[in-house]
Amino acid sequence: MAAQGRIVWVSGPAVKADGMSDAKMYETVVVGEAKLVGEVIRLTGDVAFIQVYESTSGLKPGEPVVGTGNPLSVLLGPGIIGQLYDGIQRPLRELSKASGSFIGRGITTTPVDMAKKYHFVPSVSVGDEVAAGNVIGTVQETDLIDHSIMVPPDHPGGKIASVVPEGDYDLEAELATVESAAAGGSSGDSDSDGSSAEPLKMYHRWPVRKPRPYKDRYDPTVPLLTGQRVIDTFFPIAKGGTGSIPGAFGTGKTVTLHQIAKWADSQVVVYIGCGERGNEMTEVLVEFPHLTDPRSGKPLMDRTVLVANTSNMPVAAREASIYTGVTIAEYYRDMGKDVVLVADSTSRWAEALREMSGRLEEMPAEEGYPSYLASRLAEFYERAGRVRAAGSPDRDGSVTLVGAVSPSGGDFTEPVTTHTMRFIKTFWALDAKLAYSRHYPSINWMNSYSGYLADIAKWWGQNVSEDWLDLRSDAYGILQREDTLKEIVRLLGPEALPDEEKLILEVARMIKIGLLQQNSFDDVDTYCSPDKQYRLLKMLVEFYKRGQTALKEGAGLADIRAMPIIGSLLKARMEIKDEETQKLDQLGAQMAEQFQGITGVKVAS
Amino acid sequence: MSGSDEAAAAASKGGVQYSKIAEIKGPLVIVDDVENAAFDELVEVETSDGEKRLGKVLEVGNGKAIVQVFEGTTGLSVSGTNAKFVGKVMEMPVSREVLGRVFDGLGRPKDGLPDPIADRFIDINGEPMNPEQREYPKDFIQTGVSVIDGMITLVRGQKLPIFSGSGMSHNLLAAQIARQAAVIGTDDEFAVVFAAIGVQYSEAEYFKRSLEESGALKRSVLFLNLADDPAIERIITPRVALTVAEYLAFDLGMHVLVILTDMTNYAEALREISAAREEVPGRKGYPGYLYTDLSTIYERAGKLVGKKGSVTQVPILSMPSDDITHPIPDLTGYITEGQIVLGRDLFRQGVYPPVNILMSLSRLMKDGIGEGSTREDHGEISNQNYDAYSRAQEVRALAGIVGKAGLTEIDLKYMGVGDTFEKEFLSQSIDENRNVDETLSILWKVVSQLPKNELTKVKDKYMDQYYQGTD
Repeated sequence: MAAQGRIVWVSGPAVKADGMSDAKMYETVVVGEAKLVGEVIRLTGDVAFIQVYESTSGLKPGEPVVGTGNPLSVLLGPGIIGQLYDGIQRPLRELSKASGSFIGRGITTTPVDMAKKYHFVPSVSVGDEVAAGNVIGTVQETDLIDHSIMVPPDHPGGKIASVVPEGDYDLEAELATVESAAAGGSSGDSDSDGSSAEPLKMYHRWPVRKPRPYKDRYDPTVPLLTGQRVIDTFFPIAKGGTGSIPGAFGTGKTVTLHQIAKWADSQVVVYIGCGERGNEMTEVLVEFPHLTDPRSGKPLMDRTVLVANTSNMPVAAREASIYTGVTIAEYYRDMGKDVVLVADSTSRWAEALREMSGRLEEMPAEEGYPSYLASRLAEFYERAGRVRAAGSPDRDGSVTLVGAVSPSGGDFTEPVTTHTMRFIKTFWALDAKLAYSRHYPSINWMNSYSGYLADIAKWWGQNVSEDWLDLRSDAYGILQREDTLKEIVRLLGPEALPDEEKLILEVARMIKIGLLQQNSFDDVDTYCSPDKQYRLLKMLVEFYKRGQTALKEGAGLADIRAMPIIGSLLKARMEIKDEETQKLDQLGAQMAEQFQGITGVKVAS
Repeated sequence: MSGSDEAAAAASKGGVQYSKIAEIKGPLVIVDDVENAAFDELVEVETSDGEKRLGKVLEVGNGKAIVQVFEGTTGLSVSGTNAKFVGKVMEMPVSREVLGRVFDGLGRPKDGLPDPIADRFIDINGEPMNPEQREYPKDFIQTGVSVIDGMITLVRGQKLPIFSGSGMSHNLLAAQIARQAAVIGTDDEFAVVFAAIGVQYSEAEYFKRSLEESGALKRSVLFLNLADDPAIERIITPRVALTVAEYLAFDLGMHVLVILTDMTNYAEALREISAAREEVPGRKGYPGYLYTDLSTIYERAGKLVGKKGSVTQVPILSMPSDDITHPIPDLTGYITEGQIVLGRDLFRQGVYPPVNILMSLSRLMKDGIGEGSTREDHGEISNQNYDAYSRAQEVRALAGIVGKAGLTEIDLKYMGVGDTFEKEFLSQSIDENRNVDETLSILWKVVSQLPKNELTKVKDKYMDQYYQGTD
């Protein structure tokens, strides 16, 4: 019996309704005559406290509130890829058909086109036992996505009683019917009456606040390659890992996240624009269909889902958008895919929590945020992971979570940043000073860290080169030395240093310009293959070692500084394409030659 | 209560009147025994001597309505005050006739002329643009101000605020942009919407005169809430201004430049209401929803698919004690597509416009420049100048400690770059309108003082074409 109540109080996105004793916590309700979507977030007696996902302007006490009996859920099935959804999975393209250029209210649509036909290839036959999570067949969703149709995780499973032959079906078609096994016969929570269970369709629904189940969880040891040198080489993230990117405005958070969404070597990307600029979502929408995936050559949009709740859209739906996105990510993970979820920005989500908490008159903790902020963040990041999916056949997939944080005033000690740091393993600290000098990505190498480095080093050792970790440590060592030397320079000027140390400053500058900086708007530089990253790294470290030897052998620092190779090394990231490795080799040879020129002696590498 | 029937009857006639005022505090009036009021509804508050003031419903329920009175509560009394619930949200009458007119902060005529004949009435709160229906802004606007065109390029449909401090020349700059930013190379109509939010009379007058002198006043709309006007009215001023701007842009197909000054006064009015409602404050006493609230203003800029016009916003805000981490500039910067930051040091040295380029940024610049709109080398030469100027600042700081004698030869060259940049590129007079080619050639001139080896951000082919140095 669905709850039927009446509004008694309205203030912004918060509504109270009485007569709601049948309502359940987190149940979706329809509010007012405008039929706005809301969610129950507190129950006191028969009064329900509801957060409304649409603008409540014009809502009056006395208008009806009707329960739907279901928690806030998303529809999972083919057709999700390439969509732009709002925070509660309403497709914005469909909304614009109903309400034009601006977002109207109370519009109901289905998240995907239910009438679209997909070519279904069954992989089960009559008589097969299926359990929750089993794949019963596949459809081709986009050129890049072969979409497994799975038995829903909450399905009791049983014996396939009938299955359709290969062919084109729409989403509502019943693809297979299942006879529930008798008690004890099934691995799922059997209803044990032996009757027929829900027929299987191409889609099912899943509540967003509940993580989807899986069989096993692995350690994240494989890097998620992003083509961004400072990330891949210095502060890598693993598939199934968690990362956070905090930074004041103007430090390039969004550009960095866009770069990850563009170039990460995953099969699916879920991009959540949570309380951010409308034009940024538009940019993704305009740009991604024209960009090609460097690995498959297909448009990036064919693997991307967007969830947009821009800053001026209703605040409550912002809170939901994070969950909507991560549930979609888990669904594709369950097919055995690597999924990257990028959330920009988790601070706006936390602010949405704060706003609702304030309206609920809860006791605030730090800076007005609710006391459950930390546990909500932990729950969210814990939905990342590399897992063996439930059911058969065996599928390994991952969800990597990357969240932006927008600390107020760029202060990393504020609650959202500090709590986030407790639950993530890769931290890319953006630095306003670097951004002001146009060092992009402005990831500060002294404050950032990666907890995956040791595991991921094995991958580089096996797949790129044995000495990767050593070179990385050498380069990082130079940057650390420079950081201490800079203090001295600040007080005494660069002339106070011996040539040895001036060389460190020079090489650190080269590492910064030639390796750490990356121009995301340059056609060549925007993506850097692991091999090119390694070669650039190796050449810069070699430059340092040769320079040291040259100094010992009597060359002056001025000689080193005057070498024309420096300019070429610094521009190599833009001028030499990924596949032109012979040009990089030539550069290495030129470097050796020019060093020889200033010392006259062959320097051992 | 029998009153409810009467109330319902009155509602159908477009207004319900209540006279039971429970409490008046700050800008808020709390009305009791309210039966039929909607959230956000417009309210006419009538004082005992017949004066009418406007307000809106902030919260309604359990027989109470909290009404925020825009024109302040001075002189209101618990008895004798009537609150009439109008039955609709606040709307602004719009038509082409608003061009050339002056309105007050609530959108009522202030120039002694009658109300313009309305073509439409539009809800001043607007509705969020569907991101799917936005058109990504990428049309270059030539402002004729070198530092903006060259380094912080403005594009049509962008929101690019000026972060200033008290006493600095933000008004001169904004007025120069408004005068010079006329659309070049198209016949599309252009309009300026100017909203003064709690600024002094002289500042508003300067804008008006400046528009008048350039002949732009007849295609401008002015909304004036001056420093001595009611503070709470400031909540409405930017909204009515943007409602008119959206109408001009998306109904009439004009390119509209909106100047909002000073957003700090807006945020303070918001804080005043929040404090009166006894809400849990966020940073510095500003409400926790300041970000969301500001975004409902700033996000009303942009272009739409299938519509000719555009709304470009240049909000101005003065940073309290020049502090960019203060909540108002901070949250603004998170919403807007960049910022133009004025620097106190440059201002003291008499540089106009005193733009601190290192802290300034235009996020949409990359798409508005380059081949086909400005020039192919624009992005790289501008990056190179950022880089060189930031090195120059480091060198200056160093020279302050070790003296010029302790600097290397290359350091000295960078110092020269810094000086030329400020004297020749940054500085220009308030009526000087430079085209983009002039602007770019000054940028090349500045960095050509450096040896070629230092120009790491520019591709070799542009070096060959534009580098003016000897090395």
